[in-house]
Amino acid sequence: MSEVKTEQVEGLKLTEDMFQRIGKDEKDYDKIVRPSLTYWADAWRRLKENKLAIMSLIILIVVVVMAFIGPLMRPWAYDDQDFTAINKAPDSVHWFGTDDLGRDIFVRCWDGAKISLFVALISTIINVTIGVVYGGISGYVGGRTDLIMMRIIEIIYSIPVLLWVILLMVVLGQGLGTIILAISITGWGGMARIVRGQVLQLKQMEFVLAAQTLGADTSRIILKHLIPNAMGPIIINLTFQVPGAIFTEAMLSYIGLGIPEPTASWGTLAEKGTKMLLIHPYQLLYPALLISITMLAFNILGDGLRDSLDPRLRQ
Amino acid sequence: MAEDKNTLLVARDLKKYFDIGRGQVVKAVDGISFSIKEGETLGLVGESGCGKSTVGRTIVGLYDATDGEVIFDGMNVGELDKKEKKHFTRKAQMIFQDPYASLNPRMTITDIIGEGIDIHELYEGKERQKRIYDLLEVVGLSREHASRFPHEFSGGQRQRIGIARALAIEPRFIVCDEPISALDVSIQAQVVNLLEDLQDDLGLTYLFIAHDLSMVKHISDRIAVMYLGAMVELADSHDLYEQPLHPYTQALLSAVPIPDPDIEKSRQRIILEGDVPSPINPPPGCKFQGRCKYVQPICREVAPEFKEKGKNHFVACHVVK
Repeated sequence: MSEVKTEQVEGLKLTEDMFQRIGKDEKDYDKIVRPSLTYWADAWRRLKENKLAIMSLIILIVVVVMAFIGPLMRPWAYDDQDFTAINKAPDSVHWFGTDDLGRDIFVRCWDGAKISLFVALISTIINVTIGVVYGGISGYVGGRTDLIMMRIIEIIYSIPVLLWVILLMVVLGQGLGTIILAISITGWGGMARIVRGQVLQLKQMEFVLAAQTLGADTSRIILKHLIPNAMGPIIINLTFQVPGAIFTEAMLSYIGLGIPEPTASWGTLAEKGTKMLLIHPYQLLYPALLISITMLAFNILGDGLRDSLDPRLRQ
Repeated sequence: MAEDKNTLLVARDLKKYFDIGRGQVVKAVDGISFSIKEGETLGLVGESGCGKSTVGRTIVGLYDATDGEVIFDGMNVGELDKKEKKHFTRKAQMIFQDPYASLNPRMTITDIIGEGIDIHELYEGKERQKRIYDLLEVVGLSREHASRFPHEFSGGQRQRIGIARALAIEPRFIVCDEPISALDVSIQAQVVNLLEDLQDDLGLTYLFIAHDLSMVKHISDRIAVMYLGAMVELADSHDLYEQPLHPYTQALLSAVPIPDPDIEKSRQRIILEGDVPSPINPPPGCKFQGRCKYVQPICREVAPEFKEKGKNHFVACHVVK
């Protein structure tokens, strides 16, 4: 073997003209290999790489779409009763079975999804808006304003959710609006505290001082510098707010303080299902499964969003 | 202090106190006066916590002065309304100490440099982008960097971005708040040279805050020395190094290493006794009295006046004649 190698090397004569000077172009050192992306396009690109998060997103989209088209797929409405089919197990006619009043659970599940998601969406939007604005102002202005604003939150927090619901029900009566209001009143405080903490920390940073030196006004500093940098914790909190609201609604319905019959929500469905648990377990299975899957999807998506919104994690 | 028509900025008896609660007050800056001429660099030195950065921040309007005034180009910085203040920010900018904290991690370089352009509505669309590319090239970066985020750069590059951001709105005056102290020594020279080149090209005026004396000597025309919120000496940079009058300045300068082993060996260091007193309850009289070896009875009672003792050489000391 070694002889052959030597021969090959001997036979190969290296002359100067066999080499070519390529040199190096220093300007190309910093040539960018990928196109320039905006902040959100870049976040989306990173989110797409996270398979679990994308799967969760797809599941959530399916749930939302089904909430609208699900009830239309079967010939019954959510309160239509079929007395020939009471407590029927799932079959080809009633896909998820029927309840003790002969109502189709498939239709009620998706109709309930509409109510539950509506409650979650509205109360989360209210919570996030109030929380971010309130916490942002409290943290940025600081001093006595901050002191008073935080004490107000503590006063609101010191009254339990259940008491709020009962008090509101006395005034407004049982219904969707009361539940949304109750969740909103008690829910924004946590968001406000998180945003305040972030703002307190961020407003000392030199890039905020730099913006002030450049002549930026308060709204610009809050919107462009403070909120985007507090986005991670805000998103995490938001993804807890959504399932939290779904869960609170379910819990209130479960103890009979929620949406009145015959309107369905995931909470009322689960509550009815529990009573039948030992005889007809499928009546609890479907609403419980939908609640669990939706909550899990929100949590995983929130996790993925937090990672993708942080440019420091970009590869 | 002499004020001719070349004077760009004057600080008169400037004071900045911070209320730290329970009735206690930190006297970060306690009555200092100086002026800066158009196109000159005034170096501001002193140890950590002596109020250098507070002076810089008060001058650009980040802090409201407790007392005294800052006159910039005929405007009283402390008494500007919203519109005048915005106008003022176009003329006076700042470069920050920490290149890692001074750039918003959520913004691209284009947006960071373009922020001033957007706030003051100087350029739009293509012109804005072109201006940003130009600025990047001015500070020695390339246009390919524009779409990146701050964390993709090294400390020196980030500091260049900070400089580009300050230059974007064409200021006349820049406060450099320890722009090089967070950088590697080899990078420090690059950034200082960049600042000097920019001064020559654009006719900028600097207030250069630092604690590295050799670097300050290199870039400054005049140097002011601060101790515990007060200015103890102000002189032409050459004079100050050749003939430091104040005992504190003498001690400070004796600490500068000399890049010649033979001379360095024979260098006499003046070691100061004791610590800097707390700025919460500074002693009466001269702030330096507790550590000064020439201390006289008068030093413990009366604060020395800031007087011209040589040509353009101001000192606050009872002992110096």
